Order: sequence, then structure tokens, then C-alpha cells
Amino acid sequence: MNKNYLDIIRSSKPAQFGILLIIFLFLYHFIPQNEGNYFWRLPSLLAFIPIKLNEIIYAALYEWFPLKVYDPIFEMYEEKAAFREFTKSISKGLLFLITFVRELLLGGDKIIDIFVSDAWLKENDWMSWPALPWTAATVGAFLLGYQLGGFRLALLGGIGSLYVSIFGNWVPSIQTLSFVLITTPICFVLGLSFGIWGYLDKKVETALQPVLNVMQTMPQFAYLVPIIALFGLGDHAGSIATIVIATPPMIRNTILGLKRISPEVVEAGLMSGCTKRQLLFKVLIPTARRDILNGVNTVIMQCLAMVVIASFVGAKGLGLNLKVALNSLKIGKAAEAGFCIVLIAVILDRFTKAWANKQVDYFENLTFFERYKLLIIFGTSILIFSVVAFIANGYFDKINYLYVIPIEKGLTFAHYIDAAVDWVWDTFFYSLNSFNKFLLTQVLGPMKKAYLGMPVAATLTLTMGIAYIIGGIRTCLLVGGMMLFIAMSKYWDRALITMYMATFAVIMASLNGIIVGSIFAQTQRGSKFILSVCDFFETFPSFVYLIPVIFLFNITDTSVLIAAIVYATVPATRYTVWGLNSVPTSLHEAGTMSGVSRMQRWTNIEIPLAFPTIMLGVNQTVVFTLQMVILGALIGTEDLGQLIFGALSRAQDGPGVAITLGLFVSLMAISVDVIVRKWAEERKKALGLD
Amino acid sequence: MSPTISCSSVYKIFGNNAQTLLSESGGNVDAKKFQEAGCIVGVNNASFDVNQGEMLVVMGLSGSGKSTLLRCISRLTDATSGKILIDGEDICLMNSKQLIELRREKMGMVFQNFALLPHKTVLENIAFPLQVKGVTTENSIHKALEMVELVGLKGRENYFPRELSGGQQQRVGIARSLAVEPDIWFLDEPFSALDPLIRKEMQDEFLRLQSVLNKTIMFVTHDFDEALRLADRIAIMKDGIIEQLDKPDNIVLNPATDYVRKFTEDVPREKVLKIESIMDASDPNASGEIAVKKDDIIETVAEKILNSKDTIKVVDEKNSVVGSINPSKVIKVLFGE
Repeated sequence: MNKNYLDIIRSSKPAQFGILLIIFLFLYHFIPQNEGNYFWRLPSLLAFIPIKLNEIIYAALYEWFPLKVYDPIFEMYEEKAAFREFTKSISKGLLFLITFVRELLLGGDKIIDIFVSDAWLKENDWMSWPALPWTAATVGAFLLGYQLGGFRLALLGGIGSLYVSIFGNWVPSIQTLSFVLITTPICFVLGLSFGIWGYLDKKVETALQPVLNVMQTMPQFAYLVPIIALFGLGDHAGSIATIVIATPPMIRNTILGLKRISPEVVEAGLMSGCTKRQLLFKVLIPTARRDILNGVNTVIMQCLAMVVIASFVGAKGLGLNLKVALNSLKIGKAAEAGFCIVLIAVILDRFTKAWANKQVDYFENLTFFERYKLLIIFGTSILIFSVVAFIANGYFDKINYLYVIPIEKGLTFAHYIDAAVDWVWDTFFYSLNSFNKFLLTQVLGPMKKAYLGMPVAATLTLTMGIAYIIGGIRTCLLVGGMMLFIAMSKYWDRALITMYMATFAVIMASLNGIIVGSIFAQTQRGSKFILSVCDFFETFPSFVYLIPVIFLFNITDTSVLIAAIVYATVPATRYTVWGLNSVPTSLHEAGTMSGVSRMQRWTNIEIPLAFPTIMLGVNQTVVFTLQMVILGALIGTEDLGQLIFGALSRAQDGPGVAITLGLFVSLMAISVDVIVRKWAEERKKALGLD
Repeated sequence: MSPTISCSSVYKIFGNNAQTLLSESGGNVDAKKFQEAGCIVGVNNASFDVNQGEMLVVMGLSGSGKSTLLRCISRLTDATSGKILIDGEDICLMNSKQLIELRREKMGMVFQNFALLPHKTVLENIAFPLQVKGVTTENSIHKALEMVELVGLKGRENYFPRELSGGQQQRVGIARSLAVEPDIWFLDEPFSALDPLIRKEMQDEFLRLQSVLNKTIMFVTHDFDEALRLADRIAIMKDGIIEQLDKPDNIVLNPATDYVRKFTEDVPREKVLKIESIMDASDPNASGEIAVKKDDIIETVAEKILNSKDTIKVVDEKNSVVGSINPSKVIKVLFGE
């Protein structure tokens, strides 16, 4: 009899979860909530970590490996730490490159200034690089689009560029673009090199995996403070933050692409007598070309997603304008800048995708003029527009509109948006407000209280129990270790708030995604449509989602949560569609011939088979949600994000705190990832899918 | 003359402690015992020679170790133990420089799934082995154009692999493997990924090429009929062991093991056996109007023999009579006892 029960428990996962839940509730209710009780809250044994981290950073910057450096201004040798000199030269190099591209397009004398003396430059004030007129740039964007993808891309590029110019966002857009143009190649080179290294050496790949996992789940904010400490403020700091964030996906794509090459192709290369170098550059990289270029596309998208965040460390451009507008609650202005970023993102996205899929035609028999037709037209248009603009200098007295339309003079639709927002406020104030209040007091408030009232012993039992039931003892210890690490810091309460927000948003976003995805995945056309909608929304940088919600719900948890839900619904929907589409047709037919109704087919065939894939979508949802919740600190919440954000203004102990807190968020995401991935794998195996 | 390829006691065992396990076993490898120890036996004690201009077909089902054997001989994988001599030199002892040199000068290989470089055109794919060798673009393209003509792809030089059918892609693969004019030609199931009709056509094409080029060939296949059609000699493999290595007709007539018999049972004898194997050699002065050659396949001359009322004489290449043939023997081959 007794043995029978044990058998049931051993074989039935629902029974195991039931028992776990009972233990959890028991612990929840019977552990007294008082300080000093270690079952309630663990002592912060790990509080030294941020302090130690800080010590290391500052020691590296000011004490380790002193070098004698000659100071030309004071004409003497000084002792400086080697590391500091190293970071300084990186900063200088990057700043030079960004300024160089910027001046090339916008004109100016900063670059010339580097090569000649100040005094000489003052005497010769004609010595300044001329700006590229926006008119010529528009022609350029049109022609580039035409070259890459025909007339449709040409229109996209041309109209996009025209819009940006006429609406007065030319200067900040070029500032942002120059940032992207310098950062992307660096990410590309770094990502490709590490990717190749990881592909060639299994040990390196194993070492890279956890590092990449942490880097890709760290909230972007967490990098900012250490970067300020190491590199100072400015465009280069923004660029470095972006490099740190955008390189991991490039590495992943490179490894993935190289691994996908069929072993026969490698063998064919070897049998052709390739040396190692020839094999790499003539066989492996070109064959993985498409995946590698998709990586480049991801890098560019990450760069644009980072522009606002980079503006916190001094990057100029559209991101800064958006941040300033948001800070002063100018929704229309913020929307305009946001729209420009989205536009640039969409254009660059389409352009790079077209480039990735373009094949070279070696055997066109073209004359010189035919081959370089577009380049010649572009060159001529630069010449003509520059001359016209230069002559027009005499005609316009203050601002030469043929070079650039400044932001105050450009067309604007900001006031329409402001008016619309006002109208929405006036009309729906009570309903919005009461919805907001209802959500806060009836749902979010109690949920938050429940989370905060959870004794640490109960939380650990629950998470480790789930990990054990799903993944066994190793997963359990891994997840337990990560949670314990957070629990033994002094930030556990804040972490609980982050968890509560994330849980709420993940549940809502997953539900949304599964429902929307299921509806559209019923027909092929619907699937295609919804996937393209997902593509479109994915080009939106994350903070763009914050703009409308602030105006509807003010600065509350509701705003952040709604932004997070909308943002995270995208991956949930995408994976649902993928999962449902991957259900074999033969099973559909078998179902139909068994006489199932549509609803029965959905619940009995499609959902169970698609579930592993859907769960991977939920996994993505967790990462997306955490990012948005942390980003919510930008507008004021009280979780870990707020502390990371706060660390920005504390130069002394900021870096250590920011890294530690970022790591916590990353560990939470990884814990979920470990469990969900394991579970999805097992379900896949059980269902016999690949 | 020494053989072009000579293998003696070649073993390939996958797994971490393959080397120690193998030396402990003293050459008597039992696949089951090795599997328990976490090792998989790929090739088990293979010894054979391939002579200049000969075509050896290695035939076996999937997992029999036939591709592994081929890869040991081309050293795409390293054999665990044994000697593999190419023109008298042990390739297992070569360093990577010598190996690259050997592949550039003496070897060509064709792959099951074509393994063309997707970013290169037909012409560039074929010229690739020449270009990595350092031949100038002009010369390599010139040579590649010759190869294109040889494999009958004229007019498609500038296509990309994805724009070609499977058969055409494999023609490119063949042209590429021949571009450096290798002495030794490896073919790893080259026609297995093709439709049956195309496969037949490619086999004919292959025989035509071989009659012109006369390379030393190792050809891997899982298709027994293909092996019979093409081979000078066939090696039949099972679980890494070469079960039998002989001429096609001998294999059909005298299968060495039960496993080999399973393949030969359903093979129509008349399609494999030569007149030589059923002729009566005791009558070297047989007379008669009609003559058949001793190397003729029975099927091709059966009608001629059965329609004749006279004695039929059998002649050799030089047209001198070597024996006679009794129609009843042909009937026996055609319809069984």
C-alpha cells in the first residue's frame, strides 16, 4: 500500500508538483517574519562583493603596473597605471573614428584641428570640411537602396532620408548613424574572431557559452557605470557599451553559421589541398556567409536599440534628444525622435538583409560607365548640390537650408501628437485612471506584497524543487546556487520586486502571444502576416515602447508592465507561430480524418506538439521582460533596475554595485532559461521531434 | 609493379581510449566488447591492395565502415593503427605539409552530397583546387573550362550550384575532383543522392570517363547492383570487417559468407557472369560458324547462343578459340535448375 503511493509520486510529475506546492505553502505560512530569522531572510554574507569589485576596478585604474609616461605639456615623466593608459588610448581611438565619420558628413574642423595647430586654424577660418548637403545624401540613400534591392528599397531609403531631413532631424540622425557606422565594424571583427576561435577550439566554445549567456541577459544599464569609470563620458563610452552588448549575438551567429556547414564541404576543401588559412578564408567563412551577415544585421539593430541608453554615458544624437524630451515629458518631441530611430532601424535592417542575400554576378560584360553608373550619378549629385548650396550661402542670411534644416525650423508633427495625447487624457482620464488604480490596488499591490512576504526558505524550496522535478539534481543545484547568491546579498527584497514584475509580465505576454499566435497560425497567410508584424516590432528599440505608456498611465508600475508585456508578446507570438507551423501536415490530416473539430485539433494536436517550441518563446519572453522592467527604472520604479540606475550617479562605489546587480538580473534569467530549456528538450525527446 | 594503394591491418576505432584498448586486444577486435568499453569500431583489420588503373568498389550498408575506410585512406580521419601506403609512402606518417602536397598533386574526391561551395559558380568551383595550389586565375579558368566540357556542362559555367539539378551538381563535383589530374580518385557514394534514372545515366558517364582517364579508383557505395556494374573488384564490408574481396562474378558464384550470399541471392546471374565461367574449356578446337567472346556477359549474347543450332565456339581477345559452350548451360543460368 505504502509502496504504491511512493510509486505514483515517483512516476507522476503533477503529484510531485502538488507536494512541492504544499510544502511551499506550509513554509510560507509558518515561518515567522522577523529580522534575524535566517529562514525569513538570509544574512547578507556577500555584501562585500560590490565593494571588492570596486576596489579591483580602481586598483587596476590607478595602482597596478605603473608605467612612466611622458607628459608633453608639463615636460616631465609621470607614473601612470598601464591599464589606465590602455583604456585611454582605446577611448581616444574610438572618439577619433566617430568624430571623423561625423565630420565627413556634417562638416567641421575638429579633425583638421588634430593635425594642425589651433592658432593656424584660427587664422585660416576657411579651413573647414564642407558638410554633405542633405539633398545629396537623399540621392545617395536612394541609389544605395536601388543597388541593393531595386526600386522598393530605393524608395524606402530616399523617402526615409528626405523625411529625416525635412523634419529637422538630419544632424542628430547623422550623429547616431556615425555611431552605428563605427561600432558595427568593431563588433563584426570582434564577433567574427571570437566566433571562429570558438568554432576551431571546443574548449574556447565551452568557456564562451556561460560568458555569452551572462552578457546577453545582463541589463544594459549595468554596463554603464563601470564603463564611465574605465573610459569616461562621451560618444566613445556609448560605443563601448554598445560593443559589449552587440558582440555576443555576433559571436553566436558566427559559431552557428560555421557549425552548420556540412562536414563534406570541409572535407572537399581539405581534399582540394587547402592549407588551414585557405580553408578558413576560402571555404568556411564564405560558406557561412549568410549566417554571418545575419549577425551583422543583429548588431546594427542592437546599436540602434542602444542609442538612448548610450546617451546616458554621453553619446550624442537621436537617443539624447529622445531622453531629454522624455525627461521633460514632451511626448510629441519624444515620439518624433523615436520615429526617426525606428525609421533608421527599418532602413538599415532592410538594406543589410538585401545585402546579405545579394549574389555577385561575375560575368556581366559591362563597360566602365555601366558598371559604375550609380556611383557616377552619386558623385555628380554631390558636386552639383554642394555647388548650389555653396552659392546659396549668399542668398540665405543665417541658415543655409540647402545644407541642413535645423530642428527648430523643420516640419514637425509633435503638436499633433501632444494634442492627441491631451485629447486621450481629457476623454479617457477617468477610465484610464480607474483602470490604473484597479490594477495597482487589486492586482499588482497584493501580488507585490505576497512576493515580499515570502520567506527565503520558501522561495528557495520552490525554485529548487521545480528545478529538481524538471531537470534533476544538477539543475537543482545550479539554480539553487544562483538563487542563493542573490539571497545572500542585501538586495533580496529588490530582487523580489523585480521577480514579481517579471512574473506578471511574463504570464500576460505569454498568454497574449499564445492566443494571438494560435489565431494567426491557422492559415498560411495569417502566419506570414503575423511573422512580418513581429519582424517590424522587433526593429523597435525597447525604450520606444515606454513613450506611449507613460502618457497613458503616468510613472507607475503599470506603465512599465504594459510596456514589458507589449514588448515581450513579440517573441511569444513568434515562437507560437513557429511551433504550430512545425506540426507535421500528416498529423493534421490524421486529426481531420478522425473527425476532430477545429477546437479539438488545437487543444489535442497542435498545442501539445508545439509546446516545446512555445516554451522556448516563453524563455525569450523572460529575457525581454527583465530588460524592459530594468529599463523601467528610466522612468522610475523601485526594483533592482532603480538601484542600477541610481548607481549611475555614484562614481565612487557605482561600478561594483551596478555589476553585481546586473549579474543578479542575469542569474534570474539564466535560472529560468536552464529549467525551461531542459524541460523543452525533454518534451521534444518524448514527442520524438528532432 | 607495386600497388598504388596498399593497406595492411588498418583499424579505425572511435572513442577516448581506443589506442590502449586496441593494443590490449592484440589485433583481435571484438566489436561488442569495444562497444561496452565505450568505443565504436569503424574499420576492423582491413588489408588489401589497389593496383594502378584498377577500380575497387567498397560496398556495404550504412554503418558498415565503408566511408570511414575511405576517409582513413585519404586521411580525412587518422587511422587508429595500421599502414596505408600510397605509391609506397605511408600517409599515416606524413606531416600536414606533405599531406597537402599529396592531395594537391595525386588525389581527387567526389562526395555524396556534392559538397560544392555555394558562393562560387560552376567554373570557380572547378578551378578551386587549382587556385588553392597557386595556379594563376587565367590558367585555372582555362583548365576548368576543359573540365566543364569533359563532364558535359558546357553553357552552364556561370551557374551557381543552387541553380543546378542534383545530377548536374555531381558533374561539377566530378569535374572539380579531376581538375588537378589526380592519379587516385576517391568517390564516396557519388550517385546515392540522385534519382534512379539519373543514377543510371551518371554511371554510364562515369564508365565512359574511366575508359578515357584510366585512374586508380576507390568507389564507395551501398548499392550492390552499382558495385557489380562498375567494379573491377568488390570489397564487401560489414561491421568494419571486409567480408569478401573479389571479382564481381566470383562473388556472385562463390559468396564467402552468409552475409554476402544475402546480396548475391537475388542478383540475376546472366547480368554478372561471363561466358568464361560456363564454357567448356575441354574442347579447345571447337568448330562452328558462330563465336562469342569469353569476356562477354551472358545476358548480352544469350539470344545469339539460344537461336543457333550449331556448336558455338568461345574465343579470347585475340580471336583464338579457347572452348565451346553448351546452350543448356545458358538456359540453366537464365532460368535456374
